[in-house]
Amino acid sequence: MDNEQNRDLKVREMIQQNKQNVSLNSVTEKLMPRFLFVVAIISIITTIGIVITLLTETVHFFRDVSFAEFFTGTELSPLGSDAEFGILPLVTGTIISSTIAMFVAIPIGLMSAIFLSEYASEGVRRTLKPLLEVLAGIPTIVYGFFAFTFVTPLLRTIIPGLEPTNILSPGLVMGVMIIPMIASLSEDAMSSVPNAMREGALALGATKLETTWRVVIPAAMSGIVASFVLGISRAIGETMIVTIASGSSKNFTFDVTQSMQTMTAYIVEVTGGEAPAGSTLYYSLYAVAMTLFVFTLIMNLIAQYISKRFREGY
Amino acid sequence: MAVSTESIQKNIKGKTTETSIDEKKIVYDTKNLNLWYGEDQALRDINLKIAENEVTAIIGPSGCGKSTYLKTLNRMVELIPVVRTSGEILYRGKNIFDKSYKVEALRTNVGMVFQKPNPFPKSIYDNIAYGPRVHGIRDKKILDEIVEKSLRGAAIWNEVKDRLKENAYGMSGGQQQRLCIARCLAIEPDVILMDEPTSALDPISTLKVEELIQQLKKDYSIIIVTHNMQQAARISDKTAFFLSGEVIEFSETSKMFSNPEKKETEDYITGRFG
Amino acid sequence: MKYVDSAQVQKNMGGRLRTNQIMKILFLISTLIGLVVLVVLFYRVLADGLGWINMNFLTNRLSVDADRAGIMGAILGTLWLMLVVAPVTMFLGIGTAIYLEEYAKKGRFQSFIQTNIANLAGVPSIVFGILGLTVFVRGMGLGNIVLAGGLTMALLVLPIVVVASQEALRSVPQFLREASYGMGATKWQTIKKVVLPAAIPGILTGVILALSRAVGETAPLTVIGIPALLIPFPDSILDKFTVLPMQIYYWTIDSALVAEYSNLAAATIVILLLILLIMNSIAVIIRNKFQKRY
Repeated sequence: MDNEQNRDLKVREMIQQNKQNVSLNSVTEKLMPRFLFVVAIISIITTIGIVITLLTETVHFFRDVSFAEFFTGTELSPLGSDAEFGILPLVTGTIISSTIAMFVAIPIGLMSAIFLSEYASEGVRRTLKPLLEVLAGIPTIVYGFFAFTFVTPLLRTIIPGLEPTNILSPGLVMGVMIIPMIASLSEDAMSSVPNAMREGALALGATKLETTWRVVIPAAMSGIVASFVLGISRAIGETMIVTIASGSSKNFTFDVTQSMQTMTAYIVEVTGGEAPAGSTLYYSLYAVAMTLFVFTLIMNLIAQYISKRFREGY
Repeated sequence: MAVSTESIQKNIKGKTTETSIDEKKIVYDTKNLNLWYGEDQALRDINLKIAENEVTAIIGPSGCGKSTYLKTLNRMVELIPVVRTSGEILYRGKNIFDKSYKVEALRTNVGMVFQKPNPFPKSIYDNIAYGPRVHGIRDKKILDEIVEKSLRGAAIWNEVKDRLKENAYGMSGGQQQRLCIARCLAIEPDVILMDEPTSALDPISTLKVEELIQQLKKDYSIIIVTHNMQQAARISDKTAFFLSGEVIEFSETSKMFSNPEKKETEDYITGRFG
Repeated sequence: MKYVDSAQVQKNMGGRLRTNQIMKILFLISTLIGLVVLVVLFYRVLADGLGWINMNFLTNRLSVDADRAGIMGAILGTLWLMLVVAPVTMFLGIGTAIYLEEYAKKGRFQSFIQTNIANLAGVPSIVFGILGLTVFVRGMGLGNIVLAGGLTMALLVLPIVVVASQEALRSVPQFLREASYGMGATKWQTIKKVVLPAAIPGILTGVILALSRAVGETAPLTVIGIPALLIPFPDSILDKFTVLPMQIYYWTIDSALVAEYSNLAAATIVILLLILLIMNSIAVIIRNKFQKRY
């Protein structure tokens, strides 16, 4: 080393000196994990907050209305002196709209996934997948507008008996909204099937379709099913499309051409109407929300359970 | 009366051990070190004394514990959560496993160069200035000086002096590794640990790093893990041969490669296994 | 004796291949259905709304009169809302992710938080609205102001930020952490000076996606109670407010009464989609610019 480097630069001593002066560092070092722990706890507090909020007010509700009336009542007329609080019209509305949506989303989503994962070239895949995901990024309010001002009038020219607000149109649009979710998750599941499995089938002379149907899909089954369940959960919890396009009739019916209300749409209606706090109507909001919460929670837990098993696959 | 005799005896003992090691100072004194990864024992009863201003090479077949031992010297091995140790390692006379021993202080004195060059995704300048900044040096002038001095020390100044603001990832692998050595020099460590520093480099870069190690020896104590025996023979003063987590032989490099004491050492050096 | 009759296999092969081809086309058509709907949707919205977008529409206050109605208030409301959502959700989301990835010991508690976040992501947005209504609007007595709406939205999009930040932190290679520790840096110094800077592009992408979700979200705000015709502009986070999606909602449901409201809704959608397009483009640019370099 030449002279230039032997200038009087005593880094080690400077560091030592700094160490003695700075005790702040070690304090931060100790406090940081605790502080971040508290931050991380907030997500748990949020869940607890949701559960407690729903639970306490739901308890109030069941002081006024019996379990039996709520869960088996087919009539929902929350206003007026002889108010009835049967949730079944909302449950059927929710189930019917979700079912319609899944009739659209499952076949189209799965077939899209098959195309993207098994048939499309890398270039095509990389163009189509993001485009499909644009669908997932569009706010639901926009779909609501689309269902109400375009799909319903269009359907009315085909199905004359269709009411201006009906469950069919939002159900279909909701299905389109969920396509990318199912396509994307199923495609992930199918792409993670090892190529060796495909090659095994192809080498025996199976066509691509047979390989997909008999090898890839069974291997990716749990991931695919999980995507269906998440799709259902998403449909159950969807609010704006059905609120706008299905109206607020609390019909207990299975006729998809009629207006029906879902649980989510009921919540919007009741809160939008500024229900006086403390009334049975106000508490019914929480009872319905609780039911909705439990529905979706169960769906999500099922999806998690299925995909956890799937991860242990290979 | 009895007490004083004892203390005198201790003093005498202390003096005799100190003088017996070639009058060189001991940097690291490892005593009965054992280390487990969960249930698996990776190091068994290691006893090693490492001297100042020397290059000590650690050789042995893969999985012999040589890298583990190196990472124990600056307690990097503890980043793996299931690690347990027993025994002690005295660094400059203090046991690094003591509860009161600050691991950051240890790592400030003991620099490390890794197997794969691992510069930060920052500019060349910021890479070198990282250590000093972490340790509270903020003065721009001093930092400039440190950067230049460290890069010169790592024999890379002339190659990079005009592009200090460029991202370190634009450099070649060999340059990156010398940058990492420079980064290490920036906090003026006492010891430099090198974990197979040339295994990811081409022969020419390897040669440059080896030359650099020879120069650094004057100011630093260097412990280098290598699986390349020629490299150990070329650059080290002493060599330790590890096998299955144990030190089989530790001696002057020239002696180890010409006249090994143990049969296992001879087998390994002559290529009969590993 | 042969089990496989090659003549028969040859004969069937044509049919099998034809099925394969037919199905391939069917799969392609399925993939395109979503895109066709997308195109129709864009076309409808543009056809209905584009003609209504002009300077007055962008800068006027709301009005029952369709010709004079403008969305300045809703644009400002959206901006004010983001001013609450962005810092709160970044602070909570990145903090949680750092805790989970860098500090928490892998174990029961960590996986409990993780499961909780996954479940929170699946809770319908309207339920968050009820939480906001009960806790922020009524419980804390904030009323239906920007702050209450922003806190509600921040909690709603929190899981997106947490998951994206976790992924970004996880993708920072271990050797960078080792290099920093090797210099005697402490854990927090390492996180602050090495890990976070390396992870920041991924984190930012997640934050922008979360914010674009919040920009388009309507349901929680309908629960909190947003006035249908709010004339004054919000000036702080303590003011009442409306946002673009809420305005779209009100105009859409009233379009049965006043036909032009449907055009106003479409025009507002165009603006909303434009904002989302810009946000997503920024996210894509960040992601491409800071592709992994290690």
